[in-house]
Parts: sequence; structure tokens; C-alpha cells
Amino acid sequence: MIVGERKPIQEILNMIAEHNKILIAGCGTCAAICMAGGDKEVSILASTIKMARNKEGKPIEILEHIPLRQCEWEFVDELKDKIESCDAVLSMACGIGVQTIVERFPKAIVYPAVNTTFLGLPEEQGVWSERCGACGNCVLDKTGGICPIVRCSKSLLNGPCGGSKDGKCEIDPEVDCAWQLIYDRLKTLGKLDNLAEILPPKDWSTGRDGGPRKIIREDMKL
Amino acid sequence: MKSGSNLEKILSAGNFAVTAELGPPKSADAEVVYKKADSLKGCADAVNITDCQTAIVRMSSIAVGSMLVSRGIEPIVQMTCRDRNRIAIQSDILGASALGVKNLLCLTGDHQKFGNHPQSKNVFDLDSIQLIKMVKDMRDEKKFQCGEELKVEPRFFIGAAENPFSDPFEFRALRLAKKVDAGIDFVQTQIVYNVEKFSKWMEMVRELGLHEKVFILAGVAPLKSAGMAKYMKNNVPGMDVPDKIVERMTAAGKEKAKEEGVNICVDIINQVKEIKGVAGVHIMAIEWEEIVPEIVAKAGFLPRP
Repeated sequence: MIVGERKPIQEILNMIAEHNKILIAGCGTCAAICMAGGDKEVSILASTIKMARNKEGKPIEILEHIPLRQCEWEFVDELKDKIESCDAVLSMACGIGVQTIVERFPKAIVYPAVNTTFLGLPEEQGVWSERCGACGNCVLDKTGGICPIVRCSKSLLNGPCGGSKDGKCEIDPEVDCAWQLIYDRLKTLGKLDNLAEILPPKDWSTGRDGGPRKIIREDMKL
Repeated sequence: MKSGSNLEKILSAGNFAVTAELGPPKSADAEVVYKKADSLKGCADAVNITDCQTAIVRMSSIAVGSMLVSRGIEPIVQMTCRDRNRIAIQSDILGASALGVKNLLCLTGDHQKFGNHPQSKNVFDLDSIQLIKMVKDMRDEKKFQCGEELKVEPRFFIGAAENPFSDPFEFRALRLAKKVDAGIDFVQTQIVYNVEKFSKWMEMVRELGLHEKVFILAGVAPLKSAGMAKYMKNNVPGMDVPDKIVERMTAAGKEKAKEEGVNICVDIINQVKEIKGVAGVHIMAIEWEEIVPEIVAKAGFLPRP
């Protein structure tokens, strides 16, 4: 899932300072699951903004709506009437949601209320953790199913750097060393020989090459 | 001869090598470099020039390497993957070679979190092992990383670093094996304070026969104070400073701390040079380069070949 967290309230208030009627659009999928932009968070943000604005003597009218997915045209279409009746939209989805609204409603002013952070999973209640760098060229088959691209702080492909100690990464004692995890898992699987292979420089053209990526499946097109 | 460097000649002739380290200044002051360089002249076979160590901006390792060449001192230019992609690294490698640099130490690089620009975007396009292979292919195959032909190849004696003290310990010798496969000619280790653990690592290295394929230089460093020993023990990732070293420094007291630091360094040199497979020592006197001649003299390594 895409994981994000709400921006600081002051940053949000500054964004919408000039508007008097806004729509807060949440998202019923990833943003809801990571508790950044579901029903509850939209409602809390609306109340917080109203209180802050009332205190400033500049009351604001706020509409709320949580489409199932803000990242698809058919779900953002249901926002049409509300968007047209407001000065601006405050999106509590990921960055994809913001851009889906922008593209569908070119005249709408849309602000992000959430910082989209990474692709990950909820490790436990209240803890989310990165698992995938969306590099477009998966190496999990070689690394025991543990991603060195995002879980190693240096994205190393050929083993741990010299800073790994007691299973932790040198950058933070809270961060697991990905290569310790990989080593332990391959050892469990009896596949330590995998580590002897020198993995060549990664083809980043499918990932961080600087251009937007696109998948076209001719077989699926209508 | 792969590079014709002084270091390569000394090691190939079977002599015990001595290298030292020079940290470039956090400024554009050439005099700092020349002063440090001159203090190392005649006591080290080659001098490592660190590449923005601990991710702190310093004078370019290639520029300083070139300054040393002009001074008649042989540099080992350190090259990290942290700040450059494969295009920039190959460009820098060609430039360094053209400036007369003959030794290149291939490193991943410290994470920028520890430096003076923690907000920077890192690169890590390659890891150190991929870097080694790329440099070797440039030298021996006359090929750029993309496979394109290279007309005049850079000729380097290729080095790497290895840390016997970080985890997983069982993987550290295998990791050196990967670096040997990738094409290194020599390796310098992390600073040895725990000789016992270093010996265990060397045992694993010998089991893999790596000591016969690559020259291994044990890293050593003089401590300046008990505080420094404690700091290294507790705060420097990948460092292993046994309690007995800290105790020895503490017992020396403030006035004799530096002297004891040098004594410990010389003791460790004397111990590691007896370990089968150790071909030399690499002295890292961090911001204390002027002490190196004394250490080298006390270890009985003068005059240099």
C-alpha cells in the first residue's frame, strides 16, 4: 500500500488561507488504511481547520467526501458537484489522488494535505514500514525476498557495508540491516551460495532515471 | 605490472608495505595539504586521500592526489559511490589517471546522514563491488561500464576496504572474496584494535585462499586520548575497541595519553605483522598525520624501500 502522513496543521492552514469554502477529499483505500485520509481523519481535519479559522475571525465552510479511491477517474467523478461549489480542494489522498483530481477538474485548485511517503505495510498498530522502492526491476528472487533497494540505506546489491552491527544499520539503531536480514534468511533457506554471485550494476532505467514511467498493455486496451 | 605504482612494486617484491592516510582540508587551503603531505614523505609507500570522509565536504580527493603527485608523494585516491553515478565516476577516473594517480581505492562511502549535509540526495548508483569491477574492466578490458571501447585506459592498482569487525561476521571474509573476484589488487582493513577478532577473520580469509590473491594491509590508528577510545568504542559504526585498550589509555592519564596511543599502535602493528597473510599496514592518524613518522620509526619500518 501507499503510505503517507498528514502534513502539519499550520502548513495546511497557510495553503488554504485565502479560501472561504473548501472540499476535503479523503480516500477510502491506502490513505484510509494508513490513517492519513480516511473518514476519521477527514472529519478531524475539518473540525481542526474550522476551529482555527473561527479563532482567527475568518470562518470557513468545509464539505467532506471520501471516494473509495481517489486515484481513479470513476471515483473522483463523484466529487464533481462539490468541487464546483468550492474555492479549493484539500486532498487527503496520496500524490496520485491529488493529480487525478487536477487532471479531471482542470479548473480546480487542489492542495495536498498529506505527505506521500513510501510503499509499505502496517507492521503493527501505529507503525508503518517501507518495503518496496518501485524500481521497476525486482531483485527479490536473489535476496531471499528482502528488498536491498529500499531496506538497505545505501541500496547495496552485493552485501552489507562496513557499518552493520548487531543486525542494525549504522544510520539508526532502530533500523534493521537489510543485509543481515538477507543473510539470515538465505542461511535458513540453505541458499548462502546466492551471495557469492556478483550482481552487476543495476539497470535504473526502469526506476530512478528521472522520467515518468508508464505501462501500456496492448492486450488489455479496449 | 598493472599500474607501475610504487605501492604495487613494493608489495609485488614481497616487502611489507606501509601506507598512511591524509584527510583533505575543509577549505581551499593548499598549504594544509602540502604541510600534511610533507610530514608523510619518506615514511609511507603511498598515501590515501580520503573522499569527503564521513560525508563532510572536503577538498576533492583527486585534486589532492594530483597535488601529492606534484610533490613526489604517491597518492591512493579514494573514490566513493555516495556522491556520483557511474558516468561521473568514470569521468573522474579518467581524469585522475591523466593527472598521474596510480592507486585507486574503491569504496561505497559513508552515508550522508553522518556528514554536514544530511539533507542531501545520495547516489549509490553502484556499490563498491560493482565499482571495483568497473575500474578493472576499464583497465584490463579497455571498456567503459556500458561496454563501449575505451581508447587509452586508466592504469590503476585497485584497492578496497574491508571491515572484519562489522556484522554478519561470517560474511565478512566472503565479502572480501567477492571483492577479489571483482578485481582488487589490495585491501586495507578497518582499524584493528581487537587483534583477536582480526586474527579470526584472517583465518577465514586464509581458508578461502584470499591472502594469496590479494595484498592485505591491516588498518591501524593511534589513539589520542581515553575519550577518543571510548567514543570510537561506543559511537563509530563498525569499530571494535576492546575494554583493555580503553583501560590502557585511561591508565596512562591525560599527560601521557598520546604517548600511550602511539605505543598501543606500535604494539598492534607488531602483532598484526606476524599474522600470516598480512602484507602491510595502513596507518590512519586522523588529523594527526605528523605522528606517522614516529610510529613508522618505532615499528622499525624505516628506511622505506
